Amino acid sequence: MKFLCVECDRQMTFEERQLPGDGTLAVAFVCPKCGRKVAMLTNPMETQLVSSLGVVVGGRTVPEQPLEAVRGSVATGRADAFHEDEAPAAKGAWPKWTPEAQERLGRVPGFVRGMVKRIYSEYARDHGIPEITVAVMDTARTELGLEGM
Amino acid sequence: MPLNIRTYHDLNEPDRSGLLDQVGAQRARVAERMAPIGRVIAVMSGKGGVGKSFVTANLARACGRTGRAVGVLDADLNGPTAARLLDAPRTPLTLAGDAVVPATAADGVRLFSMAQILEDGHPLAFRGPQAESFLWRGVQEAAALREFLADVAWGPLDCLFVDLPPGLGRFSELADLLPAPPAVLTVTIPTLESRDAVRRALRAAVERGAPLLGIVENMVGGPYAGDAGDSLAQEFGTPVLARLPFHPAVGLWATLAGKL
Repeated sequence: MKFLCVECDRQMTFEERQLPGDGTLAVAFVCPKCGRKVAMLTNPMETQLVSSLGVVVGGRTVPEQPLEAVRGSVATGRADAFHEDEAPAAKGAWPKWTPEAQERLGRVPGFVRGMVKRIYSEYARDHGIPEITVAVMDTARTELGLEGM
Repeated sequence: MPLNIRTYHDLNEPDRSGLLDQVGAQRARVAERMAPIGRVIAVMSGKGGVGKSFVTANLARACGRTGRAVGVLDADLNGPTAARLLDAPRTPLTLAGDAVVPATAADGVRLFSMAQILEDGHPLAFRGPQAESFLWRGVQEAAALREFLADVAWGPLDCLFVDLPPGLGRFSELADLLPAPPAVLTVTIPTLESRDAVRRALRAAVERGAPLLGIVENMVGGPYAGDAGDSLAQEFGTPVLARLPFHPAVGLWATLAGKL
């Protein structure tokens, strides 16, 4: 999908993505010429359809994880299906997690928890964030387009 | 007066979302993972209950016993049986870089199946708005198949068997995802009903340009009468590779493996 500023006859560019947490999605686009902004709002079904394709509106900022679509979407996965490497030596030390962030991470189903932890940790490392807080998780979730994570 | 709006294909400015590029990258990952695999063989039928998984598992094991490097991708996401048929270990799957390491099952067969990641006794269910799940569930399953191809560290294989569920949909998805259509090994039972269902599947395979390896007629000599194997072979110009009784001897699998 693309958005066109009809008045300027210019293709609008991605500006910002927001995930309110209710299964909907809001994506803002801006006209590079006149600066006019429009927002695309999708309902839960439309959001799900896009995420089912394994694509992220606004583009990917972290590499796709192995079996990301499966692990992020299967509701009946075994908690111990995957053995997660907690600290790959080649990638350096993991950032710290505050107790509140750990508590929230603990509410993520075991089937996908390891992948979610890895994604947030890589986000923190990429942004030079030494400690993951609940606020960092919220920001990362929106920036990375992690619906349901 | 209608607005003068350029069409989708007229707009070529840089797009940060790059949705088509993301899809292209997904396809490239599949192609990269399949590159060291000598041949992908889709085991299909179009009819349920003819023994596709049974044939797949035993054929893969026979290949493994002869020293060939083989894998089985269980593409029956909703009724996976390959893990049990291949005596796969029930240990957590290991992540290695950008991929998941497949299980090593009986006779060295590498395996990946939805059964390895689902809770025992639970159906494959996806998180999402259930009210309209028919709209996105098929897309989600196709994405799972794509990841089973692209995100599993199959490594160099002489052959990857893809055990397809009944019907034609999963074959179409597989053919769409692979760089080239897979070779097709067809399983039928002797009956007229099976022949009718399997011929539709074979026609679909031919129309996709998939090479036909031959037909395995299963459950021969029992209560199922008919000549589906010969009839289909004649119609599609492909050989009957094996006629398997209800309890095939190990040697029959070795003979069949030698024909592939």
